[in-house]
Amino acid sequence: MDFFDPTFDYEMIFRGTGALIYVIDAQDDYMEALTRLHITVSKAYKVNPDMNFEVFIHKVDGLSDDHKIETQRDIHQRANDDLADAGLEKLHLSFYLTSIYDHSIFEAFSKVVQKLIPQLLTLENLLNIFISDSGIEKAFLFDVVSKIYIATDSSPVDMQSYELRCDMIDVVIDVSCIYGLKEDGSGSAYDKESMAIIKLNNTTVLYLKEVTKFLALVCILREESFERKGLIDYNFHCFRKAIHEVFEVGVTSHRSCSHQTSAPSLKALTHNGTPRNAV
Amino acid sequence: MEESDSEKKMEKENLGPRMDPPIGEPEGSLGWVLPNTAMKKKVLLMGKSGSGKTSMRSIIFANYIARDTRRLGATSKMFYLIVKSCDLNLNNTLGCSNLIYHICFPVDVEHSHVRFLGNLVLNLWDCGGQDTFMENYFTSQRDNIFRNVEVLIYVFDVESRELEKDMHYYQSCLEAILQNSPDAKIFCLVHKMDLVQEDQRDLIFKEREEDLRRLSRPLECSCFRTSIWDETLYKAWSSIVYQLIPNVQQLEMNLRNFAEIIEADEVLLFERATFLVISHYQCKEQRDAHRFEKISNIIKQFKLSCSKLAASFQSMEVRNSNFAAFIDIFTSNTYVMVVMSDPSIHIPFVESVRMNWKDQP
Repeated sequence: MDFFDPTFDYEMIFRGTGALIYVIDAQDDYMEALTRLHITVSKAYKVNPDMNFEVFIHKVDGLSDDHKIETQRDIHQRANDDLADAGLEKLHLSFYLTSIYDHSIFEAFSKVVQKLIPQLLTLENLLNIFISDSGIEKAFLFDVVSKIYIATDSSPVDMQSYELRCDMIDVVIDVSCIYGLKEDGSGSAYDKESMAIIKLNNTTVLYLKEVTKFLALVCILREESFERKGLIDYNFHCFRKAIHEVFEVGVTSHRSCSHQTSAPSLKALTHNGTPRNAV
Repeated sequence: MEESDSEKKMEKENLGPRMDPPIGEPEGSLGWVLPNTAMKKKVLLMGKSGSGKTSMRSIIFANYIARDTRRLGATSKMFYLIVKSCDLNLNNTLGCSNLIYHICFPVDVEHSHVRFLGNLVLNLWDCGGQDTFMENYFTSQRDNIFRNVEVLIYVFDVESRELEKDMHYYQSCLEAILQNSPDAKIFCLVHKMDLVQEDQRDLIFKEREEDLRRLSRPLECSCFRTSIWDETLYKAWSSIVYQLIPNVQQLEMNLRNFAEIIEADEVLLFERATFLVISHYQCKEQRDAHRFEKISNIIKQFKLSCSKLAASFQSMEVRNSNFAAFIDIFTSNTYVMVVMSDPSIHIPFVESVRMNWKDQP
């Protein structure tokens, strides 16, 4: 990206941008990258000071743990020093250690996207209520295509179980692609009735249910809790309705005013979603 | 009896998990607690060094995907080193005829005893290499290696520049089979077919197949063309496993009855360790001809993820508005997958039917 190229209208691009992700190759000499990072974020900040600036320290799969921490600390230090020198202390950079060989890249993208969702708090609250009433240990609201999660409940995220859930989505979509299309090949693998239950040999149950066209809820719970499946499904039915309402409100208020404030209040809207059959 | 010092040293050096010794060591010798080798039938996977056996084995059994196998080193070299060091550390009381060795793979494999279909053990052998030590060892242990063999799978690298030599080694293996396990089934895999130009593949394979058939007489061999980069490897191993099941026709008939009772679209039977499709019944025409390999791969990928959490999956149910699929443990060696296009069928019904069928003779 050459900022000095007159055909590159960075003003237009940056104005509409919510987040800028800058990727640094951790396995290479990153001095030049840091310089470019500084130029890029300063220019972007001038155009749009509300933008989120995210730095991915990438390809860390080849580094030892100590080296990872050291690299992150070093890059963090240098980048912030550069900003302080330029008088841009208000510019906040977030750093993430990523690699494509594990799920850290998904985790990082999830966090970046979550920062951009105005309804995040509402979604988290809904998830908290849902899991505590249903005896579920952890729940994620996943985007099925990209496998990044846009919300989770307040309990801590365990990277390994996150991986397992991504893989579960893969299994569900892949199997649905093979058997779940109509005879003429139409229809889609992931539709309103999509759901899956996977039981592991250590009494863990993974439960996936469709929430919207793009989102799925993936829960992890114990086998004993799963015996109350009827209760869980009823709670899920309420939860799903609420999620639809949150996003409908988001759409209407976005149309009416251009600036999103904190989580919009829920309005009792009628919507034409298909009523779910309570099991 | 305790582990011998050489064994302890081996484990300390972190050379990976132990494998079943490829020869029939008498039980209990030198403190090696062996599974009863007399009970176990062997599946020999043989071929020249570098022909692709370890990758194949890893993919089919230890659940590695094709990309990871590039990190596997040369098996025979490792083997050679282990035996040599064993030599030096040997206590004199052991004597030369009772060498203990380990076949250790440079990569940690999931199963240290690769077993499938209950009582078949997989043994991997490099033969026809440049290594004189290997050669001698192989020759001296020939009878032991080829005794009790149920299946011989011989891998040929399609790109090999030493066709004559490959055939020569193959034939000497066949001689040993004829002597020691004349009832063994023989399969030849013409491997690494992805390296051949697409329009040449059929031709080259047919040529090789004819040659091999001719050279194998009086024994009969079945030939397959394979590559780890597409579904041909799975198809070949599926066919091999299919032929190893004692009463597969009976099984298929039972499967058909079962499927008809529950009005399923399709029922698949998988071998548990490898998820190769052993048998299937289909009532409705299915769109995807490659679905068996795909399903196998999908499940194995998921099994691999589960194993990272030290768990394994027991059962699975997947639905959308057009179908419902159930995968569950069937017998000690098999999984069953039932696919229905009527998604209103509930699990308990399917399970109760399955339970009933299991109890039938």
